[in-house]
Amino acid sequence: MTSAPGTARLLRRALHAPEAGRSNALPAGAWWLWALGLATAASRTTNPLLLGLLVGVAGYVVAARRTDAPWARSYGAFIKLGLFVVALRLVFSVFLGSQIPGSHTVFTLPEVPMPDWAQGVRIGGRVTAEQLVFSLYDGMKLATLLICVGAANSLANPARLLKSLPGALYEVGVAVVVAMTFAPNMVADVVRLRTARRLRGRLTGGVKAVAQIGLPVLEGALERSVAVAASMDARGYGRTAQVPPAVRHTTNVLTLGGLLGVCAGTYGLLAAQGAVYGLPVLLAGLVAAMAGLRLGGRRSVRTRYRPDRWGVRAWLVAGSGAVVAAAMIWAGSLDPEALHPGVVPLTAPVLPLWPAAAVLVGLAPALVAPVPPTALGLEEHDHRGKEQA
Amino acid sequence: MIRFEQVSVRYDGTDRPTLSGVDLAVPEGELVLLVGPSGVGKSTLLGTVSGLVPHFTGGVLSGRVTVGGRDTRTHKPRELADLVGTVGQDPLAHFVTDTVEDELAYGMESLGLAPDVMRRRVEETLDLLGLAELRDRPIATLSGGQQQRVAIGSVLTPHPKVLVLDEPTSALDPAAAEEVLAVLQRLVHDLGTTVLMAEHRLERVVQYADQVVLLPAPGAAPVMGAPAEIMAVSPVRPPVAELGLLAGWDPLPLSVRDARRGAGELRERLASASPPGSPVSAGVSVVPAPMSGGPRPGRLARLLGRTKAAETPGPADPISRVESLGVRRGRIEALRRVTLTVAPGETVALMGRNGAGKSTLLGALVGMVEPTSGSVRVGGLAPARTDPRAMIRRVGLVPQEPRDLLYADTVAAECAAADRDAGAAEGTCRALVTELLPGVEDGTHPRDLSEGQRLALALALVLTARPPLLLLDEPTRGLDYAAKGRLVGVLRSLAAEGHAIVLATHDVELAAELAHRVVILADGEVVADGPTGRVVVSSPAFAPQTAKILTPQEWLTVSQVRAALEAGA
Repeated sequence: MTSAPGTARLLRRALHAPEAGRSNALPAGAWWLWALGLATAASRTTNPLLLGLLVGVAGYVVAARRTDAPWARSYGAFIKLGLFVVALRLVFSVFLGSQIPGSHTVFTLPEVPMPDWAQGVRIGGRVTAEQLVFSLYDGMKLATLLICVGAANSLANPARLLKSLPGALYEVGVAVVVAMTFAPNMVADVVRLRTARRLRGRLTGGVKAVAQIGLPVLEGALERSVAVAASMDARGYGRTAQVPPAVRHTTNVLTLGGLLGVCAGTYGLLAAQGAVYGLPVLLAGLVAAMAGLRLGGRRSVRTRYRPDRWGVRAWLVAGSGAVVAAAMIWAGSLDPEALHPGVVPLTAPVLPLWPAAAVLVGLAPALVAPVPPTALGLEEHDHRGKEQA
Repeated sequence: MIRFEQVSVRYDGTDRPTLSGVDLAVPEGELVLLVGPSGVGKSTLLGTVSGLVPHFTGGVLSGRVTVGGRDTRTHKPRELADLVGTVGQDPLAHFVTDTVEDELAYGMESLGLAPDVMRRRVEETLDLLGLAELRDRPIATLSGGQQQRVAIGSVLTPHPKVLVLDEPTSALDPAAAEEVLAVLQRLVHDLGTTVLMAEHRLERVVQYADQVVLLPAPGAAPVMGAPAEIMAVSPVRPPVAELGLLAGWDPLPLSVRDARRGAGELRERLASASPPGSPVSAGVSVVPAPMSGGPRPGRLARLLGRTKAAETPGPADPISRVESLGVRRGRIEALRRVTLTVAPGETVALMGRNGAGKSTLLGALVGMVEPTSGSVRVGGLAPARTDPRAMIRRVGLVPQEPRDLLYADTVAAECAAADRDAGAAEGTCRALVTELLPGVEDGTHPRDLSEGQRLALALALVLTARPPLLLLDEPTRGLDYAAKGRLVGVLRSLAAEGHAIVLATHDVELAAELAHRVVILADGEVVADGPTGRVVVSSPAFAPQTAKILTPQEWLTVSQVRAALEAGA
């Protein structure tokens, strides 16, 4: 009975992603860890082929797993932002020159003569192919980072991310959530009032229109915030439990110390030479901050309704990001040349096989993450269509 | 359950208390209805129960309010949250989270209930309120009735002993209102919840009340008693009670069913008189004959409208013609093949559930919404493509929220701006305001006006340009019977002057009072179009109370019956 085909079937069934619902939704944190893993990998290379592969991986996962929710539409905006960054980097390089020595002149711009005190600043002048390629690589790196963040943003519900904050930060989280729902409401108000101007026989466009409705919009927003505050108060927001002063002080020390540690550690990691002490300081800081927040949570009597669970799928998603990051860092220490294709002299970038294979691990969420209902509906529809055909 | 002991409330900067001498006890497990004209302090009284007055709103509360033994002076709203559930007038302002399920759980999370308890109660509440299908939906995508149910559900989950509701059905269509009321009744009957609620639309709720508290005038002491007794003396009462008083029934009926039982004799007295085909108003004479008298004007009116334009352009030429209008918003078809003609002097009521496309149709008529297909002509122009300055002389719309029209900080400044916008002689608008809204001073801030006064001001602003076509979107939301009566008077005389009026409304009584013709929209399509009597009498949802009581005779309003009785006597 337990033959090979049987196990294969079981495995396939286990791998087949279920329809996403409230109970199996991936924690927002898992998506963010995955995206940060890809971003870390991107920050370690300037190889355009690897960067392109990373963007492709992020894009594919977004396409496969995003929902219809409003925040899910932000991905396109992030891609545009990335392209803008690349273009900006190139423009700066063309007009302001670059430190990269190069011999292949592409064209020469008229150079603005600079006074003596501005030695070292150059406007215009010779533009070399090396310098352009270098800035293109650099811009692409930044753009990839942005796109990875955009992917997380469109896959994870920002409100859910805030909900998974520790209890002590809950009130800050609510403030942010309420503020986030306010922005769309205010936009809706502006649109409504602008169209209402028509009813008074005034033009709906122009700066004057916006200026005139500014006050009513603000009034409306203020009234709404007071109403929400009243509603929250009447529903028990801010009920607190008594805690002894000693616990309060310990909380403060732990939290502040921990955050300082996190800052110092992060700096160490990002700076070129601090990698040795960076990681331990960061970890110690994180632990202290977590302990502080945990202790601070005692003040709050709140409980959580159906928090997102870290299940196997969440670990797989977060882990795939971590694997990509770790592999890229390892590859960087093993063979830095492959990840940073030469600019001087110019060489064609080569796709390093193993790092590229590691990047593909980042596709795992497109297989294991639960499928959002609409996408599933369409897929099934397609499937049925094919079966009938 | 709730005790008021010599309670009075005074807000800062006012010379007299908003509430005074309130001495009441609301027993456990009763549905108590709070009635009274606008501005008598109903919302303030409700606020004292949840502690929002005075802890949140400011002001001075003297006396004592205790809820389940807890004094609201020493307990903040959040400390009463497990005992009192409050839903305000606007459900949208009530929501803190973004999906239905989270919203239901929010109050319990704040109270720190155990996760398994929360889960169980959310499931129970989803079933109790019929929200199970909507559990994952973003709240912003729900209809008005659904939102109101979610708001009620969100305060039910902590199992409060007391539920306080401020106008829970005012913004809802008749069917959605019944949904909400059925839920409330279930709570009172099955769970023993004490419900205290204020509502203007008495015709919807008074029959469900165990007791009624009447606040007769601002600052006056409230009267509490059985619904029938209070309705007999109340300045505000639903048509069924009005009819009962007129016919001298005792005890006063509160539901259509009670009234029908005693209505046989009244029907006989009315048998000799014949109900008018359309509401009695001076406007009838102006209405072109085919419109009010045709046997099946649904199609006929359209047909006539079309042929008439071709043959005899004259005073009865339609002011506005909409032909197979379609409007799309993204993927949603808000309107589909809507055809409608409106003649001068005619009053048309647009009805239909929330989201049926009523506001979109009005928007298309005034040019705020661009048609996707079909055509809209108002005074011969396409509203969306015409300069707004030219358009206001042909059509005016009073939006659902009249405040949207008001920008200035005094009434006088609004009027001056309206005169300028309309190119009217100086003082035109002010004269209109004085006529519609006597006793309002120039320096008053529009925000300090009551709901009804603000509506009148917006109406005056729109009328300054003398548009022959006047559109009103949900004009009676938040109005008491007196303000509604004044509005009816104003609109009738406008119709008599030859203005065509189109109003989108859920208020069947208003439609019965005013409209010559009723158009019912559903899912963006016209499903009925005909004289008021014919359309509403046959519909269980849209029939006014008088019609329900006196069927098969086609009486629509109490005033028609009164006129007929007086003529007979």
